[in-house]
Amino acid sequence: MKIEINNAHIVDPANDVNKIANLYIHNKSIAAVGDKPTDWQADTVIDAKGSYVFPGLVDIATRLREPGQKHKATIASETYAAVSGGITSVVCLPDTEPAINSPAEVELIQQRTNATGHCHVYVIGALTSQLKGSMLSEMAALKEAGVVGVSNVLHPMANNLVLRRAMEYASSQDLTLFYHPMDHHLAANGCIHEGLSATRMGLAGIPTAAETAAVGSCLALIEQTGVRVHFCRLSTQRALQMLERAKFDGAPISADISAHQLFLSDMDIVDFDSNYHLLPPLRSRSDVAGLRLKLGSEIIVSLCSDHQPHERDAKLAPFASTEPGISALETLLPLALRLVKDEVASLANIISLLTCKPAQLLNINAGSLAPGQAADICICDPAIEWQLTAESMHSSGKNTPFLNKTLKGKVTHTFVDGKLVFQNNS
Amino acid sequence: MQHFLTTESLSKDQLTNILDTAESFTNVDGGTIKKVPLLRGKTIVNLFFEASTRTRTTFELAAKRLSADVLNINISSSATVKGESLLDTLRNLEAMQVDMFIIRHQDSGAAEFLSKHISPHISVINAGDGRHAHPTQAMLDMYTIRKIKGEFTNLKVAIVGDLLHSRVARSQIHALRILGAKEIRVIAPRTLLPAHIESLGVKVFHKIEAGLKDVDVIIMLRLQKERMQGALLPSEHEYFHLFGLTKERVALAAKDAIVMHPGPINRGVEISSEVADGPQSVILKQVSYSIAVRMAIMAMLAGNQS
Repeated sequence: MKIEINNAHIVDPANDVNKIANLYIHNKSIAAVGDKPTDWQADTVIDAKGSYVFPGLVDIATRLREPGQKHKATIASETYAAVSGGITSVVCLPDTEPAINSPAEVELIQQRTNATGHCHVYVIGALTSQLKGSMLSEMAALKEAGVVGVSNVLHPMANNLVLRRAMEYASSQDLTLFYHPMDHHLAANGCIHEGLSATRMGLAGIPTAAETAAVGSCLALIEQTGVRVHFCRLSTQRALQMLERAKFDGAPISADISAHQLFLSDMDIVDFDSNYHLLPPLRSRSDVAGLRLKLGSEIIVSLCSDHQPHERDAKLAPFASTEPGISALETLLPLALRLVKDEVASLANIISLLTCKPAQLLNINAGSLAPGQAADICICDPAIEWQLTAESMHSSGKNTPFLNKTLKGKVTHTFVDGKLVFQNNS
Repeated sequence: MQHFLTTESLSKDQLTNILDTAESFTNVDGGTIKKVPLLRGKTIVNLFFEASTRTRTTFELAAKRLSADVLNINISSSATVKGESLLDTLRNLEAMQVDMFIIRHQDSGAAEFLSKHISPHISVINAGDGRHAHPTQAMLDMYTIRKIKGEFTNLKVAIVGDLLHSRVARSQIHALRILGAKEIRVIAPRTLLPAHIESLGVKVFHKIEAGLKDVDVIIMLRLQKERMQGALLPSEHEYFHLFGLTKERVALAAKDAIVMHPGPINRGVEISSEVADGPQSVILKQVSYSIAVRMAIMAMLAGNQS
């Protein structure tokens, strides 16, 4: 099978490509970018004039809800939602039920993906047994089963001694630690940023220090041990400043930000709308501005979805009693393109945070359009304006504050391993 | 108004209208007419997820004096009441052709949540949601203040105590601001103040002596015993020592200052018996006025239903 995508604006930061050109796919792989391969006879030709072609996006923070939470979503539904948003590689986090604690859960996810999935699925394993924060998980076994890292997600560690040991053990297994900085005692039972909105609504707040104190402790342990750590879902500009400073001083660290944290603040939470209930919470307007300012910083290697689909009932309660998180796979690319329009960063920079940089962090073969690479490709028409509605969403989770908002930029085609897995017909 | 959920978003005219309507019921309450037929044939449900005696009974009395049928439902707060069952409870009651819900719930935003998910012809009155709002309490406090002090524009009001956890204080602050009080002060240790409370238009004091100076109204808040855990305060003794309202401290305020408390009071913790039972205390007046104010709010909502 030979496919030719013509006249597209190809943006492939891994190979420093940013130009109008043709792209050639042969079976599962990229055959060429630019010049037509010799003896080329295309079976299918797609005219992509006016559209972007990106490497399929790599999202490092996706909840697929399998195993154990099929009432929320499935690998089938969420990987389809992913490809509908141009994402061709997702990483599922270990906070499933049961947690991704042993090779059994990893294999289950791999089998379900082979049977029902629409894109590549990678797995981060539990850092501690059952994510309980006190005993190390069997990381060597998880590594052999193919996990791309370990994390305790937002489950608390018993204390800094366990964290230190977990860091050292993960590092001896050559596993990247994905650390979600949150001091659970400071966060207490908070459900919103500690600020004016919390005070007005009488909701318990999570102070900025819940994030910065955790970052500070972890940086001290990194200095002690030399272990490399990736910091997940930064929400405060102060934490980002601390990490930048530590990186400047030579700490082996990187970080990511979820796209919605660059658009929404605690001031946007009105009428106790539970779609705005997130963890980490939406922070202040100055945090949003501060994170935007630093998005181009060397320390940020991924712009991610932090996708958390929920069933309707999970959000159907008074704010604090609802489950946190947003369904975000389908808004990731439109929000990212909006950042380009807002001149937060260049198109190539933003696309690198969605493709080659997260691929490099995970050490996976993705996020590049070099000849010979797997043909994971996203074609996006940046001019299409569309409304995000519950009916039009492919994810089982309709929980997003962007519901009924107009977004710009729509994925028209997604290829995984050279196969057209999504096409927008509207 | 279809619902009465918070004082925050209301206009001065709306608040004044409630106070004026309550005034017209005051005779009914204390005088010859015991009942008016305004809500005859209406069914009102008191849906309480948190224990309450005063608020529930005064709502019940108010509803009965308006000739409504009243149903009291108390759902233990010890059982975790999840949103789903909250909504299910509501749907079941709705099916019994209820006209008005009066709800108290431990979650901030619970009343607003219910108002969004019930049939459009039903009214919701917030009788306290988490730390968010207790607007009928605030209105009866405004009524008490106006009754004794007249207009708000010359008044300095101090609110003393646990503002962090107080839905009453939040509703009072909004109502006082909207009604044009000259100055609103809050007095508490930093552990009992929410972040950026000054943005609500109040002056913050950590010393009661400075905060009470020349005020016309002193509003004490209840300090719940469980606040002694979790490192918010060292002891009841020290709290009383620093923030307890004594006769000497009342003397720092204006000569004719009044002392208020939403109840139930903790004698010897936030207020001395001498002050609670003293000549400047209007705590029991607040309770008797509460019936007229709640009648007014119910009647106004019911009037908008038909």
